[in-house]
Amino acid sequence: MDAVIDNLPLFLEGFRNTLGLLAIAGVGASLLGMIVAAMRISPIASFRIFATAYTELVRNTPLTLVLFFCAYLLPYLQFTPGYFQLAAIGLTVYTSPFVAEALRSGVNGVHVGQAEAARSVGLTFGQTLSYVVMPQAIRMVVPPLINVFIALTKNTSVAGAFFVFELFGAARKITNDRGDATIAILLAVAAFYLIITIPLGIVAGRIEKKVAVLR
Amino acid sequence: MSSVLYDAPGPKSRARSRMLSIVGAIVIAGGLAALIVVLGLPKASANGAVQPGLWDVSRWDVFGDLLVWRTLGLGALATLRMAAVAATFALILGVLFSFGRASDTAWIRVPTTVILEFFRGMPVLLMMLFILLVFGTGSFWAGVAALSVYNGAIIGEALRAGINALPRGQREAGLAIGLTPVATRFRIEFPQAFRQMLPIIIAQLVVLLKDTSLAFVVGYNELLRSGLNNLGGFFGNQYQFSFFFIVLAIYLTMNLSLSWVARRIAKHTGPQAGKLIKPDETPPVDPNLVDPRALGAQSRSQGV
Repeated sequence: MDAVIDNLPLFLEGFRNTLGLLAIAGVGASLLGMIVAAMRISPIASFRIFATAYTELVRNTPLTLVLFFCAYLLPYLQFTPGYFQLAAIGLTVYTSPFVAEALRSGVNGVHVGQAEAARSVGLTFGQTLSYVVMPQAIRMVVPPLINVFIALTKNTSVAGAFFVFELFGAARKITNDRGDATIAILLAVAAFYLIITIPLGIVAGRIEKKVAVLR
Repeated sequence: MSSVLYDAPGPKSRARSRMLSIVGAIVIAGGLAALIVVLGLPKASANGAVQPGLWDVSRWDVFGDLLVWRTLGLGALATLRMAAVAATFALILGVLFSFGRASDTAWIRVPTTVILEFFRGMPVLLMMLFILLVFGTGSFWAGVAALSVYNGAIIGEALRAGINALPRGQREAGLAIGLTPVATRFRIEFPQAFRQMLPIIIAQLVVLLKDTSLAFVVGYNELLRSGLNNLGGFFGNQYQFSFFFIVLAIYLTMNLSLSWVARRIAKHTGPQAGKLIKPDETPPVDPNLVDPRALGAQSRSQGV
């Protein structure tokens, strides 16, 4: 236990970096994901094809490989903004197709009858989307989106293997220093992750229940 | 797909959308071509030495060496072996977890729920490190154990959601013909739930296959480590990119073919196949799966 208390500053620094990665990659992936989702449902065929190919390729690439690319190969191309930024870029790219899929499936999940009804009472394209389809789609999208962010939280740990000092990096360093208290240290790190993931999961469950009642 | 949203396009707007499509294609293709050309240019590094471009022969000649292919093949085999062993254990654990989670007895259900929440909220990588350091299992079994427990927890949740989604009558009928509660669960409810959730389970197995690359961090010689670390270190920096592309291609081949199988199965045994879930209901969504709805949506193209 004393190993945990002695190293609390290191834990907190790691936690801060994990939160930083989560925030930056979360915002970045949301923006990129929105663009990809918009391309994916757009009437322009070439955009659709591009977005589909992007989604399939990135989704099927292991995160470790993406971060390896960011940490080793981008600096080799003389792109060196620092490992934290590189890891944030990698996590953003990796997470964006999952965000895009969550958004797209939300729009697809709205029953076709809703749009038909809106159209048949004479609403235009814009009105149909903004008054009928989107309000339902956004509600349906929130739980899967939160789940993407939970996954992102856990994925930030991989950045710890690529020179970023976040929680997993802290775990590696501290267990190296204090080999006698491995279990306590790793459980403490796990607790830090659970502080983020479990509340998010509860929120997702709540919203999901609410949406289920509304439908 | 989205034709409900607007009137059928006339000749003018059809021509316009075709134009836009062609312009878009040109822009995208131009961007990709520019990227390829830029990567192919020889570039001067900081100390003035000029390195050949990425498509230069001197960066790819290493693939004439049989040793390279052997190492890559062994790495891919190691990845597949870890994925196969971990998938087996994950399925077994998933079944056990789902039984515990759906149990009628509170002192089985509550601890299982707590354990599942704990496992699902933790990074796999941390679990691998934990098992490696605390149990001293060696990197292979550390990776297998962490992947099995984590994916087992997720598959367990999916199966439980499947059991919960069954009509109550199934269980009641089982009990009414004199089966014990356990037999009802095992012979009546479970086979249906498994069938319902098969697409999600296979999607999770794709995730598992991808996640074997995490064992690279704890020192297991799988595809990423042997392809990038070992070969890259052995043959030198100038081949890094070539090795990266080859490793990426191997991963994509493995994952895309498994995803394709998943999609085929989703088509045949989607939620509507057994007619157990009303078509209007969305399939039960499990919190930690990345995109269960996407899977469902692919098989039911009734959306907007």
